[in-house]
Amino acid sequence: MLEVENLSVSYGAVRALDGVSFTASPGRITAVLGANGAGKTTLLRTISGLVRPQHGRVRLDQKDLTLLAAEDVVRTGVAHVPEGRGVIDELTVEDNLRLGSLWRRDRADNRLALDEVYELFPPLAERRRRAGSTLSGGERQMLAIGRALMSRPRVLLLDEPSLGLAPRITAQIMAMLGELTHGSELTVVLVEQNARSALSVAGWAVVVHLGRIVVQDHSEVIGSDEGLRHHYLGF
Amino acid sequence: MTQFFDLTLNGISAGMIYAAVALGLVLIWRATRIVNFAQGSMAMFTTYMAVALLDRKVGYWLAFVCALLIGLVMGALVEVVLIKPLQGKPELNPVIVTLGLLILLEGVIGSIFGVQNRGFPAAFSQSGLTVGSTQISFSHFDVFILVAVLVLMLAILVLFRGTNVGLRMRAAAFAPESARLAGVRVNRVLVLGWALAALAGSLAGLLVAPTAAFSPNYMDLILVYAFTAAVVGGLDSPLGGLIGGLLTGLALSYVGGYLGSSLEPLGAAAILIVVLMIRPEGIFSRTAARRV
Repeated sequence: MLEVENLSVSYGAVRALDGVSFTASPGRITAVLGANGAGKTTLLRTISGLVRPQHGRVRLDQKDLTLLAAEDVVRTGVAHVPEGRGVIDELTVEDNLRLGSLWRRDRADNRLALDEVYELFPPLAERRRRAGSTLSGGERQMLAIGRALMSRPRVLLLDEPSLGLAPRITAQIMAMLGELTHGSELTVVLVEQNARSALSVAGWAVVVHLGRIVVQDHSEVIGSDEGLRHHYLGF
Repeated sequence: MTQFFDLTLNGISAGMIYAAVALGLVLIWRATRIVNFAQGSMAMFTTYMAVALLDRKVGYWLAFVCALLIGLVMGALVEVVLIKPLQGKPELNPVIVTLGLLILLEGVIGSIFGVQNRGFPAAFSQSGLTVGSTQISFSHFDVFILVAVLVLMLAILVLFRGTNVGLRMRAAAFAPESARLAGVRVNRVLVLGWALAALAGSLAGLLVAPTAAFSPNYMDLILVYAFTAAVVGGLDSPLGGLIGGLLTGLALSYVGGYLGSSLEPLGAAAILIVVLMIRPEGIFSRTAARRV
């Protein structure tokens, strides 16, 4: 259970997050929706330790993550797939993936994780020796998610996985996320501007606007509220 | 014709020295975007540490290895003590700090050992080898220079390409934030990078000391040539550093041999200007490709 409690972040005079609280439960996707500049990316960067909050706490199963550095947060089981995907162009597909599990000591299990990622994303298996820079947009997203999965995370933070992808590819990615979470203990926090496709797989949805949470509820409730959709979700 | 041949051999030997120092510059540049102006004077410092040991009748090879290890430790210390506290500060700050370190080290060594030229022994004979009946201007020591630098480069290549530590180092250099999110302790990796860079520089310092006018500022000009080599090679490519080093060594050897050795620094400046005008990203850099 990932708990975000009263989180506030400022960049200088600009308040990016203002008292944000929500809980993301295992086995379902929690969508964080809102327009550009709502603070969604800052929220994920704060959870994963890249940004220090001024107030509030982040906890995973009672363990306080708030003051951990990013490289230690990932060791607690929180994997962050950043916006723009964070694929390292100069490294091969396989090196990108292996990087995600280097900190784990269990080498046999790391090899197993690699095989599982290749099974989940066959296009990556075909391109293991190619440089990250040669991949298509969809493949880059697969690689970024694959690298996060290499750490066998309990929580997966995804920042705009649909950004720049064709609708068909986006649908594939969303379906894959649904499969990953369904019936597992994996917690997914999915930040999206593309609210419609995020709501199609999410169980819970949090709507943020200018750094504050406007509303949070089951995704069907959010999706069927026409006023909300018009105001904040753009569809 | 023999002169051309001799100049070529000398150029290769000198080029390997520049390549080793350039490698140090490249390792630091690509990981931190800092030009380490103290690269040469750190090598000078470790070579003087070897001198101190040799003066106490320590054997050559022991002093040689000690100097390399001192270089390794010194590189790590410089990163931890001087560079790390400047993270997040304007980019120019660490560069100025390395300039300050250069002046500090030359001052300290000068006041302890004196500023006059002194001798430094070579591991092998410095008289030219004889091929058939002619003596060429390439000595046993030049062979050693060639082998030592190539071994170092090969070791670093294997480290980068073939080990998990190398994978971490490459990831941290190319994309520090992604590396951190993948669990790489980027700060530690940087310490290792500085240590290896200082090791490469120290090796160059030890190798060039017997032939240079060995004094506290004997690495200054070498640093300029190595910087030229690194820019020719593209500043972020270790292989580029090697080839840039050889090209610079050869070019300066011809300039020195045909036009007069006092023109060598001018030659380096000319190479620098031409490369920066025609291909500012260097011959082997992928920086431009990455920024597109």
